[in-house]
Amino acid sequence: MSARSVAFLNRRGPHGTIHAREALEVVLVGAAFDQRVRLVFMDDGVYQLVRGQDTTPLGVKDFARAFRALAMYEPERVVVARRCLEARGLAADDLLVEVELLDDDALAELLDGSDVVLSF
Amino acid sequence: MTRMKFGILVNAGPYQHQACDSALNFTRAVLARGHRVLRVFFYHDGVNVATRLAVPPQDDRDLGAAWQALAREHGLDLVVCVAAAQRRGILDADERTRHGRDADNLAEGFRIAGLGQLVEATADADRFVVFG
Repeated sequence: MSARSVAFLNRRGPHGTIHAREALEVVLVGAAFDQRVRLVFMDDGVYQLVRGQDTTPLGVKDFARAFRALAMYEPERVVVARRCLEARGLAADDLLVEVELLDDDALAELLDGSDVVLSF
Repeated sequence: MTRMKFGILVNAGPYQHQACDSALNFTRAVLARGHRVLRVFFYHDGVNVATRLAVPPQDDRDLGAAWQALAREHGLDLVVCVAAAQRRGILDADERTRHGRDADNLAEGFRIAGLGQLVEATADADRFVVFG
């Protein structure tokens, strides 16, 4: 199986739907299969990375912690859409992992240069 | 025209979102043009189309039956994610036994497997298309 570059497009908030959590499961399997993983967070997806989340009142699993463990799988890129982050009054300091902030043009280029784009 | 290999991912549930219908129509169109569909992978609420217990009203389309018919005709590989399916109560006979439940409900023509099958399809397909 050839090592393809796969962009995972995370566009939804962390807990309102199951998309973020089930997307992360695909990312982990993809990384285990030696895909070249490019994680992209845009729209409300940027909230997935906000530090200091406490899911206890919601009674759901705090899967955001797994983003830290993700570093072990050596994702090729971890990217946040700068426009989406700023529109929500957030900055890179508010996030629980180190990310690259990309403008729309650079983001489009990244997606264009990926073999596969999976959006969640 | 070059024959291409397609992979399809269905993330949205039947009847709730048009994406499940669109995936079905797209798959039909791809096959009608003479391309190959390596695999259709059902994830998130998309797995709900694989229950054989759904009873849509008579004047509505039956999405599960439509996928089954297409699979029969073209030998499609319809794969349902095991983790997403278990969470939503979609079980085949093996899973039913393994988890000690009193029934299974996976429709014929679908099979349950892990996310590795999704990753494999993204690696092998010339075009991989996500719905929902």
